[in-house]
Amino acid sequence: MEDKLKEYEVIIGLEVHAELATKTKIYCNCSTEFGSDPNTHCCPICTGMPGVLPVLNEKVVEFAVKMGLATNCEIAKFSKQDRKNYFYPDLPKAYQTSQYDLPLCNNGHVDILVNGEHKKIGITRIHIEEDAGKLIHDEFTGSTLVDMNRCAVPLIEIVSEPDIRSAAEAIEYMQTLKGILEYLEVCDCKMQEGSLRCDVNLSVRKYGAPKFGTRTETKNLNSFKSIQRSIEFEIRRQIEEIENGGTIYQETRRFDDSKGIGYAMRTKEDAHDYRYFEEPDLAPIVLSEEYVKNIKNNLPEMPNARKTRYMKQYMLSEYDASQITNSKILANYFDNTVSLCDNPKAVTNWIMSDFSKMLNESGIEINQSKITESNLANLIKLIDTNVISSAMAKKVFIEMFETGKDAKEIVEEKGLVQITDESAILKIVEQVVNENDQSVSDYLAGKDKAIGFLVGQIMKLSKGKANPKTVNELLIKVLENKK
Amino acid sequence: MELYSLTIHEISDKIKSKEVTIREVLDSIYSRIDDIETKVNAYINLTKEYAYIRADKLQKKLNDGEDIGILGGVPIAIKDNICIKDVKTTCGSKMLENFVSPYDATVIERLESLGAIIIGKTNMDEFAMGSSTESSYFKKTVNPWDITKVPGGSSGGSAASVSSDMAFASLGSDTGGSIRQPASYCSTVGMKPTYGLVSRFGLVAFASSLDQIGPFTKDVTDMAIMLNSIVGHDDKDTTSVNLNKIDYTKYLINDVKDITIGVPIEFLKEGLNPEVKKAFDSSIDKLVEHGAKVIDVNLDYIKYSLATYYIIATAEASSNLGRYDGIKYGYRTDKFEDLLDLYKKSRTEGFGEEVKRRIMLGTYVLSSGYYDAYYKKAQKVRTLIINDFKRVFESCDIIAIPTAPNTAFKIGAKTTNPLEMYLEDIYTVPVNMAGLPGISIPCGFDSNNMPIGLQFIASAFEEKKLLQAAYTFEQNTEFHKMKPNI
Repeated sequence: MEDKLKEYEVIIGLEVHAELATKTKIYCNCSTEFGSDPNTHCCPICTGMPGVLPVLNEKVVEFAVKMGLATNCEIAKFSKQDRKNYFYPDLPKAYQTSQYDLPLCNNGHVDILVNGEHKKIGITRIHIEEDAGKLIHDEFTGSTLVDMNRCAVPLIEIVSEPDIRSAAEAIEYMQTLKGILEYLEVCDCKMQEGSLRCDVNLSVRKYGAPKFGTRTETKNLNSFKSIQRSIEFEIRRQIEEIENGGTIYQETRRFDDSKGIGYAMRTKEDAHDYRYFEEPDLAPIVLSEEYVKNIKNNLPEMPNARKTRYMKQYMLSEYDASQITNSKILANYFDNTVSLCDNPKAVTNWIMSDFSKMLNESGIEINQSKITESNLANLIKLIDTNVISSAMAKKVFIEMFETGKDAKEIVEEKGLVQITDESAILKIVEQVVNENDQSVSDYLAGKDKAIGFLVGQIMKLSKGKANPKTVNELLIKVLENKK
Repeated sequence: MELYSLTIHEISDKIKSKEVTIREVLDSIYSRIDDIETKVNAYINLTKEYAYIRADKLQKKLNDGEDIGILGGVPIAIKDNICIKDVKTTCGSKMLENFVSPYDATVIERLESLGAIIIGKTNMDEFAMGSSTESSYFKKTVNPWDITKVPGGSSGGSAASVSSDMAFASLGSDTGGSIRQPASYCSTVGMKPTYGLVSRFGLVAFASSLDQIGPFTKDVTDMAIMLNSIVGHDDKDTTSVNLNKIDYTKYLINDVKDITIGVPIEFLKEGLNPEVKKAFDSSIDKLVEHGAKVIDVNLDYIKYSLATYYIIATAEASSNLGRYDGIKYGYRTDKFEDLLDLYKKSRTEGFGEEVKRRIMLGTYVLSSGYYDAYYKKAQKVRTLIINDFKRVFESCDIIAIPTAPNTAFKIGAKTTNPLEMYLEDIYTVPVNMAGLPGISIPCGFDSNNMPIGLQFIASAFEEKKLLQAAYTFEQNTEFHKMKPNI
């Protein structure tokens, strides 16, 4: 089977839904705040009472245009909103107001970096629409309740071309979009709260096959992990099905993250006929050249530009620069730290290795960690001024991460200050040389390895405080003198 | 002369000069209702308690020397598809039998801010779908001129209440003729303003691109007063236009010498009742007598209006009425197996036949595979109709046409044949399709003494021309003074 997997090309397109960070909903003045008591951010308009009319929140258009421009889309000067009709208890009007044939943004693309290679992923369209409410099943009474707080929270849907060829590319594409959304401050990108989620369209075909295979759509994935796992699952399922002589059906699927298994929800035959038609209660969206130009001129620096800047200004590798700039939070942290310690290389190393490993393990973002920018800058300064060694710094860092204390405080508390005084170090060196005849004669007999043991002994005796560089220099001097 | 039989401008003068109190006016109107409502059945609900509270407040204001507004103390009836806070809005449907609106429609806010007193909610065809008010779930309103006949529809209750002096004026809604046709059948003045002139916020939607709120009044002067009260941009309705405020009473001019009237003779050749034709012809003669110029006009696509209307209106309705699903408010079936069953049963039991017929039609014309052949094509024809009117209005100021091809028919006469019923709107529907203003005024009676209506149509936002022509006609005829014997 593993060999068979390699015979197939995987074709993936993503539909990404991002909740826009506007203060109010798309067609009324209710708050979009997440996590409030059920049905407290509602009014007759967003609950679909008889007789109400929508009024489009202009910020929604502005935010969507920003995203369109940042992803190289053409902005439609004329677009309209349409009704997508279907019945569900979380949809009070029985239609979702969306955009069907004339979306706000078209024909864009983003560049992603996978395994050191650049790839362009096409964006078919970006359109605005409203979110639905939430159903809550009450285990106690067995009834289902509706929370309409999320009804009519504005969304953009970003539809990609079928340009993605692997789970890794899908993740990278999603990371890239997330970075752009964060930089633009149009979405808070809290995937666990559902403010950024995606549907995966996936098909497979043998390499060289002229036509795409039948695709399936796995809905509502809201973590990078579930995107990755669902794609891996679906690739294997489709190939196995084909290899066993089965057929792939065009269907909507769901991925159960806890079990790691995908399920078919409904097939094309019983798919909804949404009966799209132009929303008669809302005028078409007509944008002037000036409006678009004005937004374009005021876009903040985007991740890609920042990456290029980091490579030039700080001489970072493309990989490092791209990893750091992909997240606005991370990049801001980087900038602040560098401005405090003036050692971009060291900041990069910390962020890319120990720090990110520990953040990953504790599942938090860098701005949630106890180590502030000035904490990290101070640590780097202690190393740069030879107050502590890199080895000591690693220990200090762990404590900083756990307690939030400043490096200096920890160093002082533990008496970790490095011994740089040559005469003090020489004393220890001489003591170790005198007490280890065997190793000394090994060295003199040409076994350079012995020096490692001697250094270890010296460091042990100095309780790790001796400056390793000085230790090395003095030891060699002492030993050479014995020749 | 009883107080209830006066017009708005007459009763207003009496209230403001303190010749009568507002309470006396209300007493008069409610006693009239007590006397004849059991026969007419114009109202679904009365808001008596609330009306008297408002009356006392307004009277106090007046006594304190404050301005109580141009409608100060005037009792007005509201079609039951216009929302009033804390009052039932049933739309004539079992589906909304117990629905209490949590907010006021913009027109209600405007009327009340100008001192109007809302006295009750009027009967209507279910969700405004019909031309006879027979599809109401609650009751059948009769025509005050002959209680065996329909008042027209869908705003039949609003028309009958004004016609029988159970209200000084009323509001209705007009999607394909639902104000003008019952105005014609009941011998009142009724206007559908230009689409976008009056806010639709709070009007329960039937077909959003066609619906428009408008008044029924006893004469053209009152129509100008009512227009002054409800017209204006509303931030809550993005389809409402922002124009400079006009005082419509300035166009109550008894002169039509500067007006050219277009008559679409070709369109009137088939299906028009000879008695209506006769009344129409003599009305045109009357206008010519007073200096109007009359020309023949050709509206090439107007004959497709009705067919197109029943595609667009039903398509929008099928979507607008989706929200009545038994989940949040309104009727819910007693027993159901699952969610789908809940939807099906609630909607099957909660909606009447005509509403279900139109939801099915609308669902069909929007469904994939049929959309292009029906809905899309209908939209194109609609554009042709709009352009047709534009072209014609280059050569005339207003178009004159009968409001309806017949006078009011017997109750039950057309309920088994919906197509025949739909044909009663043949002269009113084109106006909605093009978003234009139209007015119906009394212009005669047939041999059974049933009222006949004359309709004027103008280009968008030219209500003032309609008022001028209607006022001139009214000043030189007596039809509007006739009262039904009930």
